[in-house]
Amino acid sequence: MLTIHDVLETNQMIQKNNLDVRTITMGISLLDCCASDGKTLCNNIYDKITRYGEHLVETGEAISREYGVPIINKRVSVTPISLVAGASDMKSYVDIARTLDKAAKTIGINFIGGFSALVERGMSKGDRILIDSIAESLAVTDLVCSSVAVGSTKAGINMDAVAEMGRVFKDLAERTKEQDALGCAKLVVFSNAVEDNPFMAGAFHGVTNGDSCISVGVSGPGVVKVALENVKGEPFDVVAETIKKTAFKITRVGQLVAMEASRRLDMPFGIIDLSLAPTPAVGDSVASILEEMGLESCGACGTTAALALLNDAVKKGGLMASSRVGGLSGAFIPVSEDKGMLEAVGRGSLSLEKLEAMTCVCSVGLDMIAIPGDTPASTISAIIADEAAIGMINNKTTAVRVIPVPGKGVGDNVEFGGLLGHCPIINVNKYKSDEFIARGGRIPAPMRSLTN
Amino acid sequence: MKVVITVVGVDRTGIIAAVSQIMAEHKVNILTINQVILDGIFNMAMIVDMDPADIDLDTLQDLLKQKGEALGVEIRAQNQAIFDAMHRVG
Repeated sequence: MLTIHDVLETNQMIQKNNLDVRTITMGISLLDCCASDGKTLCNNIYDKITRYGEHLVETGEAISREYGVPIINKRVSVTPISLVAGASDMKSYVDIARTLDKAAKTIGINFIGGFSALVERGMSKGDRILIDSIAESLAVTDLVCSSVAVGSTKAGINMDAVAEMGRVFKDLAERTKEQDALGCAKLVVFSNAVEDNPFMAGAFHGVTNGDSCISVGVSGPGVVKVALENVKGEPFDVVAETIKKTAFKITRVGQLVAMEASRRLDMPFGIIDLSLAPTPAVGDSVASILEEMGLESCGACGTTAALALLNDAVKKGGLMASSRVGGLSGAFIPVSEDKGMLEAVGRGSLSLEKLEAMTCVCSVGLDMIAIPGDTPASTISAIIADEAAIGMINNKTTAVRVIPVPGKGVGDNVEFGGLLGHCPIINVNKYKSDEFIARGGRIPAPMRSLTN
Repeated sequence: MKVVITVVGVDRTGIIAAVSQIMAEHKVNILTINQVILDGIFNMAMIVDMDPADIDLDTLQDLLKQKGEALGVEIRAQNQAIFDAMHRVG
């Protein structure tokens, strides 16, 4: 029997601790849109997305009202465009990006992901054109997100693609410099990319999925933080148990919303992504959870251990709460989107190097980090290579979403607005990596035994 | 559909009467009522059955919101499933 305390606890999580469903993401396969003529291809893409996604936003809003839980974003992810467009006669995919943007605006969603290429082993014609089109595409559209997978545990790292992506970040930053390189917030480079991630900027609908599905990303760092406030000074066993129980409760809400959305939209359920995704709002920070464990400031010695415990406990707690878990599940550490993280950067306790260490144990990687505008493309490529190597060796997803802000240097601040927050520019090692990146080729896939 | 109605705010006379009146007017069947004062704040949770009702949940939410504003308390109505999902296994 439900007690009044259960009811009040749930509503306190929602109303005071920022519990929300971060996104309902509809995955749509565009494989059946392929056409040799570019115009036909774009028409096919527009028609399918607007047909499938027609009721996504109103359904999300209706569920939100009925259950009293905020559903922040409604999104669409599509088949990596390099695969869909490869058979066409198009020499640039900017028109496809415009088509995605237009379709997204027609159905009223917040973002559309999948302007993507998977080039872990090499680039096909479509991959090459897509990568060449990213900078212009993200500069001329509002809602399109792009991702490129450059490495994996099974494939190794495609260093030619890594070199290319450093240049793409720079080009994109320059094209969107009036908005402090905001375009770069819509681009992510992956190692061990997942095909069912509902979160942006890295969402795409992998080819192993069916024609369409509904996935949900839950959130709630504030709820975990408040739960830990009640176990001050207790041993880590208690901390881990508390996080597990809280993650279970959060995930159950996500599961309910996902099943309901799937039923109402008559579309198969994909996965629940158990991520703790922070926002710039007060009390919605992953860094604050780490600090609640006893660290004076995020980035202090012990931060990696605290994050490892958090990430693992979130998964353990969430797994039983959902019938199907996937995506990036874990704790995100996007600097600009997390008030505690950016305060830690501001006071000098959190460096790029420490963030890199944290990505060994968190759910993804170097995320929403503003770096000096004069950072060379080869240095950005080297950051990507380091991060891809961490993912490759540790058999986990890693990613890089850095923003080289033209005209700004360490000590300056950039304002992205909304969920993307603001960020102080972080220091990047000044020593050059250009000869390292200029080599190109492949870093071979690692062996999976003798793992020391 | 089972719906949980919660009232949170400063205690005063007539809150339950006002909420119950809306239920009676629209044939919403009250199943249980619980209340508790926490940190000086009045909290009430009422579980109701909407099946016999002559209005839908959206309309009930609007009516309760208006009543809450008149009484100076916050009134929410949510599908019970969200609470069951979070607090019950099986």
